Amino acid sequence: MDALLLHRIHFAFTIIYHYLFPQLTMGLALLIVALKTIAIRCRNEQYNEAARFWAKIFAINFLLGVVTGIPMEFQFGTNWSHFARTTGGVIGQPLAMEGVFSFFLESAFLGLFLFGEKRLSPWGHWASAFLVFLGSWISGFFIIVTNAWMQHPVAYRVLPNGMYEVTSFWGLLTNPWALIEYSHNMSGAVITGAFVMSAVGAFYVLENRFPEHGQIFLRVGVIAGMISCITQIFPTGDLHGRYMAKQQPAAVAAMEGLFTSQKGAPIVLMGQPNEEKQTIDNPLVVNDVLSFLIYGTTRAEVQGLDQVPRDQWPSPLTLLFYSYHIMAGLGTYFVAVMLLAAFLLWRGKLFHARWILWPLMLSFPLPYIANTAGWMTAEIGRQPWVVYGLIRTSEGYSKYVSTGNSLFTLLGFMGLYCVLSVLFIVLVYRIISKGPAIELSSAPKGVPMTIA
Amino acid sequence: MGFVWFWLVAAMLVAYVVLDGFDLGVGILHLFLARNEQERQLMLRTIGPVWDGNEVWLMASGGTLYFAFPLLYASAFSGFYLALMIVLWLLIMRGCAIELRMQIPMGVWKSFFDGLFFFSSALLAIFFGAALANVIRGVPIQADGYFFLPLWTNWQIGVEPGILDWYTVMGGVMAFVALAVHGALYLAVKTEGDLQQRAREAGRKLWVVLLLLTIMSLPASVIARADMLNNYRNYPVLFIVPLMVLLSLLGIIYFIRKSADRNAFACSCAYLAIMLVGAAIGLYPRLLPATTGAANDITVENALSGPHTLHVGLIWWSFGMLLAVGYFIFVYRMFRGKVSLDGSGYEH
Repeated sequence: MDALLLHRIHFAFTIIYHYLFPQLTMGLALLIVALKTIAIRCRNEQYNEAARFWAKIFAINFLLGVVTGIPMEFQFGTNWSHFARTTGGVIGQPLAMEGVFSFFLESAFLGLFLFGEKRLSPWGHWASAFLVFLGSWISGFFIIVTNAWMQHPVAYRVLPNGMYEVTSFWGLLTNPWALIEYSHNMSGAVITGAFVMSAVGAFYVLENRFPEHGQIFLRVGVIAGMISCITQIFPTGDLHGRYMAKQQPAAVAAMEGLFTSQKGAPIVLMGQPNEEKQTIDNPLVVNDVLSFLIYGTTRAEVQGLDQVPRDQWPSPLTLLFYSYHIMAGLGTYFVAVMLLAAFLLWRGKLFHARWILWPLMLSFPLPYIANTAGWMTAEIGRQPWVVYGLIRTSEGYSKYVSTGNSLFTLLGFMGLYCVLSVLFIVLVYRIISKGPAIELSSAPKGVPMTIA
Repeated sequence: MGFVWFWLVAAMLVAYVVLDGFDLGVGILHLFLARNEQERQLMLRTIGPVWDGNEVWLMASGGTLYFAFPLLYASAFSGFYLALMIVLWLLIMRGCAIELRMQIPMGVWKSFFDGLFFFSSALLAIFFGAALANVIRGVPIQADGYFFLPLWTNWQIGVEPGILDWYTVMGGVMAFVALAVHGALYLAVKTEGDLQQRAREAGRKLWVVLLLLTIMSLPASVIARADMLNNYRNYPVLFIVPLMVLLSLLGIIYFIRKSADRNAFACSCAYLAIMLVGAAIGLYPRLLPATTGAANDITVENALSGPHTLHVGLIWWSFGMLLAVGYFIFVYRMFRGKVSLDGSGYEH
């Protein structure tokens, strides 16, 4: 097997699996703070029960995020040693800051949030929830800063020994790519949280079990969903796309399946890119739209793949095309569903409209797919560079780690993560089937403590 | 700057070993010390609210190592590839074992995670000890700064060793015993009655083994790496370090006998910290010595990041560490005292 490909799959598999958990952690953390705020401001105990219910799911989700996150921090060194060695002076910084500023914060307050409710005042407990939320969002920021530097390197210089180092700390943290990517990514995490919360709410309402709590979940989930689904497209997605078109034209051309440069470039809604013939099979296109989306005028010329040397085409090209289209297609669907649901909520009809509750209940896996596809768009779009324009991915991996060893550990991770998936599904299923009517005993008798 | 960052990273690793060390020790001992379900839960509660924070020290030191000494991070992590991956898997298992045990009230479920907790804690202790021994013995670094070590070759120290040989296995066993003692003393601090008695007893018995291993470790380390004592010979005042190791060991047994658990635990913390500092002194300015000749050593100088990175790093690092220490004081204060079965683990 090809060593480069294997190392790429190794990282891709472990990061994709890992990110299934933090996206819910970050989205849910915000929604739990919202639930707790409403509970205090409106003195509504049911919102507290709702917060407690979601805290249980949050705890398991957080644990899996933590344990699958540990390998990520070490994998730069194990599988991408040459990349790590040359760029550690830059991206080592945000990675270390994540540990120092976020993990310590989260670990200190998660236990208090999960098990300290009886001991703390309502606002004290609210503060612990808020600090957990803050920790998880800070963590996301430093990871995005790391990724943004790989996408769009700024504020660096090359030392005589070939190593990169930061020239401006604030320049690194305020990389425009990072700010745009962060807002787009966090909005995506809220979408996951909102859809998961709405799905459980729709389930309870449809099943007529805990319908009052179900209605709370739907109310909060649909409102958060409507807001985040809109911001996902405008302004964050729009900004991201236009900025990317300037900085990574090859990636955008490949995402859109634009093989030849043209004025009034069309947008391909669907189709199968044919890399050999450089065409789109079975295309479903709308003329001029791509030019308009990027430049605001239908006559602007959009650079196609023909202007990019063949050895700088992102690969695998077709996977990039599909990832982008899946993300964008699902994003459009999300806006439609959430706008509709929000409208019905406003008219007071949502809880009886089975025809919209069903899609809300069944749609919860889709944001996971959309977020994953979005990340695949970003990461495949960056290829063939590990640091855009500076270091090729083929130079970055650990040459001393044989394919036999990397396949061994890849299979090991796959096996271990299969077991984790089963545990996660069983435990979350139990929580959902027990439901949210939990008395206020911070830890049911006999349950130790544990924080995540 | 190199000197400063060497000791900052070393300090973070010491914090990790001292703090997560007792979590691992509790994991090693809980199968043997707990006689029933209540005691088992009690033992888990002694580390419940703190283990995750303790583990963060490993993450934070890994990140700090990465940006301060990128070459070391890249070379060591890819070179110890298999061992490191196994450590990652064990950390995943350990976290799940602690957190998921109480999720389903079913005997088989709990027993499974009890076994997993022991298995992962024991192997983690052994791997961490072996890792330190590998660093002391050295690894076959090539001219380009990289190497790859198989898990084992012929179990001998040589130019082409494996991750496991007689010396590193000895290091692993020693870490296992040291952390078991550490965990026993922590349990004695956090529990009462029968369980506390058993913890003290375990600490007392294991102490004898630890004493023997500690005394053997010095000549063994000199066999594994003859120049380990160079810094000590150049600055004889440093021989106070092995003396303090011995003192802290004697302190452990003295305070166990007096049932002064907090003092015994403090001595155990000191023992672990001073052992690590002693090794770091022996290594400095090397970070990872080469068995292929001193020219290939990874040193503070050739692995150090650029000046601006380190300068800026020092500012945010100090600020972040102040915050982190603050959180730890806060959490450990909330969690002070003996653990009991009722309440949340934050009450006493």
